[in-house]
Amino acid sequence: MDAKELIARRVAQELRNNTLVNLGIGLPTMVSAYVPAGMVVAFQSENGIIGFGAHPPEGMEDPNLTDAGGGFISALPGAYAFDSATSFALIRGGHLDMTVLGGLEVDAKGRLANWMVPGKMIAGMGGAMDLVAGAKRVIVAMQHAAKGQAKIVPELTLPPTAARPASLIVTDLAVIEPTHDGLMLRERAPDVTVADILAATTAPLIIPETVPEMRL
Amino acid sequence: MREAISPTEAAALVRDGSTVMIGGFMGVGSPHRVIAALVARGARDLTVIGNDAGRPGHGIGALIDGGCVTRCIASHIGLNPNLQKKMIAGEIVVELVPQGTLAERIRAGGAGLGGVLTPTGVGTVVAEGKQLLNIDGRDYLLEKPLRADYALLHCYEADYYANLSYRLTARNFNPVMAMAADMVIAEPDEIVPIGLIPPDHVCTPGIIVTHLVERPH
Repeated sequence: MDAKELIARRVAQELRNNTLVNLGIGLPTMVSAYVPAGMVVAFQSENGIIGFGAHPPEGMEDPNLTDAGGGFISALPGAYAFDSATSFALIRGGHLDMTVLGGLEVDAKGRLANWMVPGKMIAGMGGAMDLVAGAKRVIVAMQHAAKGQAKIVPELTLPPTAARPASLIVTDLAVIEPTHDGLMLRERAPDVTVADILAATTAPLIIPETVPEMRL
Repeated sequence: MREAISPTEAAALVRDGSTVMIGGFMGVGSPHRVIAALVARGARDLTVIGNDAGRPGHGIGALIDGGCVTRCIASHIGLNPNLQKKMIAGEIVVELVPQGTLAERIRAGGAGLGGVLTPTGVGTVVAEGKQLLNIDGRDYLLEKPLRADYALLHCYEADYYANLSYRLTARNFNPVMAMAADMVIAEPDEIVPIGLIPPDHVCTPGIIVTHLVERPH
């Protein structure tokens, strides 16, 4: 299993029945492929739809029906389309149960940076700041390290996305929960040791007596 | 009754140096024919307010490539490297606004509100220079309303009263922008006889739309 699939499968275990969920662009989008059987999850795309499905068959795309990245999608029975103000009222107003976002860095308090690298990449925050400020649960789905460089760091070197910490961090090595006391190591990926995780993390981690392996 | 005008006539209404809201999300729900006409007429020095900067040559990206824009207020420019280059070169000033805050600032501008209080951006660079208010124990930023000289919209259907109905994810910023500009120019995919759009399906009332662009040939 490749790293991205592992992360997406583990994040999918956080999904709950009859909830509204927003998936960020990129890796988080993969989570929708692993919804547990029998579970109903309403996915929101912040450009204005709840209840979207996969890319339609070739030639059956609708130019007025796309995801937040501009890719063609389909509308499932019961779908609902709305404007941008309504979309973000859903996000900030306590209606969104969970969001899954990619990350560039997470600090020792669990705060996320994911929208710009000064001087290099100026993507803009899009909906990320609203999602972190407003969703009931914020899950960061990212590779544990980038090119050997730790991404879970004592202090953010990049501009934060929000003051509020994430609820859970899922990487290809570990599941980490930000708590009042600090970052708590909750699970390790298959065949990964606690020592491997510590070696790839520069932020302090709290290590409980037992750190179970992810059950994928 | 409203007479439909050509995209070229619509583009001629937009003064150089003005502020223009443009509907759409990555070009989906953007008025592409009016945008092309603005590029063709060589519009200059526009401040563009939109969700994103489209892609190179597409949506708001076409205006950027055409040299029409000097200032851009958007939430996301990550898929338009041309704008990023012009921004770094100092040719275009970009103001990044969180997407939900952008929608609410525009809504406030069109709704007669003096601003909105949002938790989005607290503790980030977005909060710099803004008033922080604590309401019932939670911190909010005061975000000011946005208005424009023109709103350039796309819709699915219009009638000859310029009542507008949108379709699926092409709705996005169009209805809020329709409320927040002095002149409102709507580019429909189809124009139907008056009465054909059920009143419950009219999302933007024609009385606030100042110009209707003809359907595509």
